[in-house]
Amino acid sequence: MLGIPDSRWHGGERTAGGDRVAYGGFHRAAARRHLLLPALHALQDAIGWVSHGALNYVSERLDLGPAEAYGVATFYDLIATEHAPPVVAHVCDDIACLAKGASRIVDELEAALGPAGEHGDAAPWKRSPCLGQCEKGSAAFIQCAGASARSIAPVTAEQVIDIVTSGSADDAVAPTTSAQDRSDLRLLAILDDEGDMGLYRSKGGYEGLARALEIGPAASVAEVEASGIRGRGGAAFPAGIKWRAVTEHEGVKYVVCNADESEPGTFKDRVLLEGDPFAVIEGLTIAGVTTGAQQGYLYLRGEYPVAFRRLSEALESAREAGLLGPDIAGSGRTFDIEIRRGAGAYICGEETALFNSIEGFRGEPRQKPPFPTDAGLFGRPTLVNNVETLANIPAILRDGGAAYAEIGTAQSTGPKLFCVSGNVASPGVYEVEFGATIRELIELAGGVDGALRAVLIGGAAGSFVDASQLDMPLTFEDTRAAQLGLGSGVIIAFNESIDMHTIVARIADFFGEESCGLCVPCRVGTVRQHESLVRISEGGDRAAELEILDELDHVLRDASVCGLGQAASSAVQSAIRLGLI
Amino acid sequence: MIEQRISPPKTRIDVTVDGSTVSVPEGSTLLDACNAAGADVPTLCYLETLTPINSCRACVVEVEGSRTLVPACSRVAEPGMDVQSDSDRVQRARKSVYELLASAVDLSLAEPETVRQMERYDVDPERFGEGWHRTDEVKIQDDLYIRDYDKCIMCFRCVAACGPDAQNTFAIDTAGRGLNSTIATEFDVSLPESACVYCGNCVAVCPTGALMFKTEYDLRTSDDWRPDDQHVATTVCSFCGVGCNLELHVQDNRIVKVTSPMDHSVTEGHLCIKGRFGWGYVQPEPD
Repeated sequence: MLGIPDSRWHGGERTAGGDRVAYGGFHRAAARRHLLLPALHALQDAIGWVSHGALNYVSERLDLGPAEAYGVATFYDLIATEHAPPVVAHVCDDIACLAKGASRIVDELEAALGPAGEHGDAAPWKRSPCLGQCEKGSAAFIQCAGASARSIAPVTAEQVIDIVTSGSADDAVAPTTSAQDRSDLRLLAILDDEGDMGLYRSKGGYEGLARALEIGPAASVAEVEASGIRGRGGAAFPAGIKWRAVTEHEGVKYVVCNADESEPGTFKDRVLLEGDPFAVIEGLTIAGVTTGAQQGYLYLRGEYPVAFRRLSEALESAREAGLLGPDIAGSGRTFDIEIRRGAGAYICGEETALFNSIEGFRGEPRQKPPFPTDAGLFGRPTLVNNVETLANIPAILRDGGAAYAEIGTAQSTGPKLFCVSGNVASPGVYEVEFGATIRELIELAGGVDGALRAVLIGGAAGSFVDASQLDMPLTFEDTRAAQLGLGSGVIIAFNESIDMHTIVARIADFFGEESCGLCVPCRVGTVRQHESLVRISEGGDRAAELEILDELDHVLRDASVCGLGQAASSAVQSAIRLGLI
Repeated sequence: MIEQRISPPKTRIDVTVDGSTVSVPEGSTLLDACNAAGADVPTLCYLETLTPINSCRACVVEVEGSRTLVPACSRVAEPGMDVQSDSDRVQRARKSVYELLASAVDLSLAEPETVRQMERYDVDPERFGEGWHRTDEVKIQDDLYIRDYDKCIMCFRCVAACGPDAQNTFAIDTAGRGLNSTIATEFDVSLPESACVYCGNCVAVCPTGALMFKTEYDLRTSDDWRPDDQHVATTVCSFCGVGCNLELHVQDNRIVKVTSPMDHSVTEGHLCIKGRFGWGYVQPEPD
């Protein structure tokens, strides 16, 4: 990972006379700080934890204070800094899985393996926030020392116990299924387990890139603007504005694909990356050649090992085909993509936290402005787009922005993926044109099992709606008018059998666990919110607690640094308004 | 030849603070503008000699057109900005910020300015209910300073002073995440085993007494810390030729603490181990 040391100071080759020469090169070493997280990953993958000696070695090679490297290592859930067992299972007990009975699995594991571990300790199993396998009903992510990590979904308690005691695991992910007829779909037309570039090209793949190279950056940006596409990651920012801003900057710049999909209930990006990696790669390549970036990064959620393998293979095929590298499709343009794996931190999906994570710092968000389009990754102008946004780009360039803008509604253009899970007959990713209602999506997924209690839209950072709002079209404008957020396209249905106190408390707990701890409102406020909800469910003074929650809502929304804190009270407040708790 | 840096004159920009217009040099922060306008904006994690990290959110102000409140300490003023430094919304957020902090950590030794602001906003530490509170043992690992993280508000001033803003030692950093995050050495090794060079600059910038000179800690423990009986002697450090100003805090004719003025052009309040702790020779051994 870090290469052979170039000096004896760091354990390199001993050369004649070398002992008398003091070693310099510290600036060169410090400039490689961005390799810190990959190096920690390499240690974690090889031996299952990061020891003191290993941390010191990495720090020395990168000219870091060991305390800095320790600060980074302890930031991430998937990096252990205590001697951990060789196999560690992270078992999802988040809201979508709770609706499917995850608490039973957790209870069985507690009985068999003892209590779940806390961050950084040596327990063989841990409770995990949403693993993005919500359509499977239950999920585990397995870290194995000396072997690559594994995903298992659906999973049973027996399987986890067997894996942890036997010390070995294979991937066992049920294939992505969908009750939808996919032949006419745009984004989900290809869901290919083989990673075959021929199939992708036969369906018009890489025609978008060819046209982007032909018409040039200015016209390509104009197409993206004309398409009216808004970001699919949750913030719904018009993509064209970002594309134009970055393209107009001079000098070194970067494009980044945000694939750190961690919003509870969201799994559309995983489905795209596993089933159609070339669309995302082509989208990011178009972004690179259009904005003038030569390096792209794809920041992939650490808990997506299958997507990591598919993407790595797809990147290799693209390089072999001359579609990445020093001379893209014979155009003379240079562009390549590197995958950076996250390590278990929801906050790293926030774009500026993602930059810090890539740069080898703790994944804490930066105050904006400056915005990434002016000063982003390594302080350079940076275009960040979500996986699904980028997957739309090839079609926008191939068919033109105007044709794309015809799809959906006037203000919400294009196809949209929704992640429908919870108590529905066929959970899965469903593609619709913007304008479909919540009810239509639930019906696509086979309808609700039992009587509907509430639907969570937008994920943990979103809001609950009840049966009276099911006919609301899921567009940016309609959800905004209803003071809700479309978020990342999450629809989790809960039926009457679900204890909503548990669900809402789990959401609050999620934010407390995932807060980076930088700012006071989020660091303390998210935990106070959870404590207050627990007191309510234990029969505390409801009126007093609601007052506390209201006050927390204000300070979280108004004074937190980033979107995590600002959205941490949204679902809780909506649950109170609807009388769910 | 003496090299002189001449920067082009700065343009001034106009910002409205609480209805009155103030003119500040380009590149100033909203905090500068508020101070110029005479507005009373509290700060907690901010220190003029360190890079703002805007973590405490006590300095938030309302800016016309901004969805959320913005931290005055780090937001650069733009021409025509309309700032409300103490609107109802701002007061509400500040009160909650102080209450959240006071509910989780021990603020009994916080700076007088913090105490004043907490009174101003009528802070009630109990308002958010009984819950998580920091419980850390006091770390006494040497004779120079102690660390009592019960009192730590995670302002990150010590990390900045230990790191890029002053000492470039990087002996401490934030470890962990969220409410469980804390300031630590690698693997929480003791200070003598860490990279710490005992400059004491972290102690000098700590606003809550979480980091404290051992002399002060011992006197406080024996209930003999009497700031009113102390006098401060200003002198120049005798160890090398840099010329750092020292402020010797003297109680009962014994030095109990050494600081340096924040506005001193040489030190900006920072010292090295010699100036900070190397004064034992000027006074007789205790009986």
